Amino acid sequence: MIRVELPYHLRNLARVGVEVEVDVAGPVTQRAVLDALEERYPVLRGTIRDHVTLQRRPFLRFFACEQDLSHDEPDSLLPDPVARGKEPFMVVGAIAGG
Amino acid sequence: MSSVRVLVGTKKGAFVIESDGKRQKWDVSGPFFAGWEMYHLKGSPADPNRLYASQSSGWFGQLIQRSNDGGKTWEAMDNKFVYDGVPGTHQWYDGTPHPWEFKRVWHLEPSLTDPDTVYAGVEDAALFRTTDGGKSWHEMPGLRGHGSGPSWSPGAGGLGLHTIVQDPKNASRMFIAISAAGAFRTDDGGTTWKPINKGLHSKHIPDPTAEVGHCVHRIAMHPSKPDVLFMQKHWDVMRTTNAGESWEKVSGNLPTDFGFPIDVHAHEPNTVYVVPIKSDSEHFPLEGKLQVYRSRSGGHEWEALTTGLPQKDCYVNVLREAMAVDRLDSCGIYFGTTGGQVYGSSDAGEHWAPIVRDLPAVLSVEVQTLS
Repeated sequence: MIRVELPYHLRNLARVGVEVEVDVAGPVTQRAVLDALEERYPVLRGTIRDHVTLQRRPFLRFFACEQDLSHDEPDSLLPDPVARGKEPFMVVGAIAGG
Repeated sequence: MSSVRVLVGTKKGAFVIESDGKRQKWDVSGPFFAGWEMYHLKGSPADPNRLYASQSSGWFGQLIQRSNDGGKTWEAMDNKFVYDGVPGTHQWYDGTPHPWEFKRVWHLEPSLTDPDTVYAGVEDAALFRTTDGGKSWHEMPGLRGHGSGPSWSPGAGGLGLHTIVQDPKNASRMFIAISAAGAFRTDDGGTTWKPINKGLHSKHIPDPTAEVGHCVHRIAMHPSKPDVLFMQKHWDVMRTTNAGESWEKVSGNLPTDFGFPIDVHAHEPNTVYVVPIKSDSEHFPLEGKLQVYRSRSGGHEWEALTTGLPQKDCYVNVLREAMAVDRLDSCGIYFGTTGGQVYGSSDAGEHWAPIVRDLPAVLSVEVQTLS
């Protein structure tokens, strides 16, 4: 079970709490986690990644285990504590705008 | 007894404001989608309880919401807006080609007859349609395929398709407008389009006969006279009596003819409303006086309507989507400001009062007249 922490507006959109859990079969990568997240909460499609390119939206960042993973390749493995469910994969809204 | 429902989109959420036919007391519901930019909300003429809303955010992109109960509850619909085929390029601010990129939905226009059919005007400019109540959206590619698309360039607010006007007497005819490409018309249900900008003159366009490139801010029509359109251009208030084949300037005695919204009285096809704004450099009313101007003659001759509106120290703007009329016997007219007020008049503009104040900046106002 992978833990995913969502920013405030996406929690409201998906009608969930701070953290959700998703199942990932196979290697635990950014892509696999986000695929599983969008499968379980279709309303989040297009809000974290672009529908077509699947690129991370510019004002969102990905963190885990005190590391900024935003620029990692989508298919690189996430840190082991995330894969074991010890630490959440965090989707964070950039502090920008008003 | 009739009642009125005002749908207000703001920079930080949506509000639904209702009153009985007297329009004296107003109940405010919201904010819905608090914290999100609500570019536009509009109800279906065929089913007034069916509402559609454009919800967007610089962080999380575009969402489309639908209500089946007049705005009490909402459901997120499909938010995938993908251009048909290879998107190609339009012109960027510096004149270079720039890839077409979807940014947001500026305007939602439900069909006059089918609550499941809605047209969406988007940035970068294109026209999309759903025929299944928002479960899927598909581009109507004939517009961008008209041929002039590569030369369209954005206005200061982006390359947005913001105006969609359906002809109630001819289901195959529709008008749209884009900042800053101009106005277009289809006569075959959206398969093909033609620019309808003859007679428009814009200072920044060296060629006075340019087919495209005009910054049209808004177009309004009275349903009884679909060949007569009124336009608030960047500068100039314009009128056509032949469905856009040619336009004439009807700014007349307006103190300034820069502005954004324009609308037509519900029962008087020649009575038109605008909100003059000082200039394209200073987006607020002249001399700090908020004034709606009304022409009862289809333009040229205008009168200021000021009773109940602030006449000093008022420096708000009124955006293109932020004016609408109701269809009660005594026509009501409403507009929202970037200062968060929504003003209403239940006597065609003679007297005004805020129906709500201190909202976030108002992006859009639409009105439903319910029986």
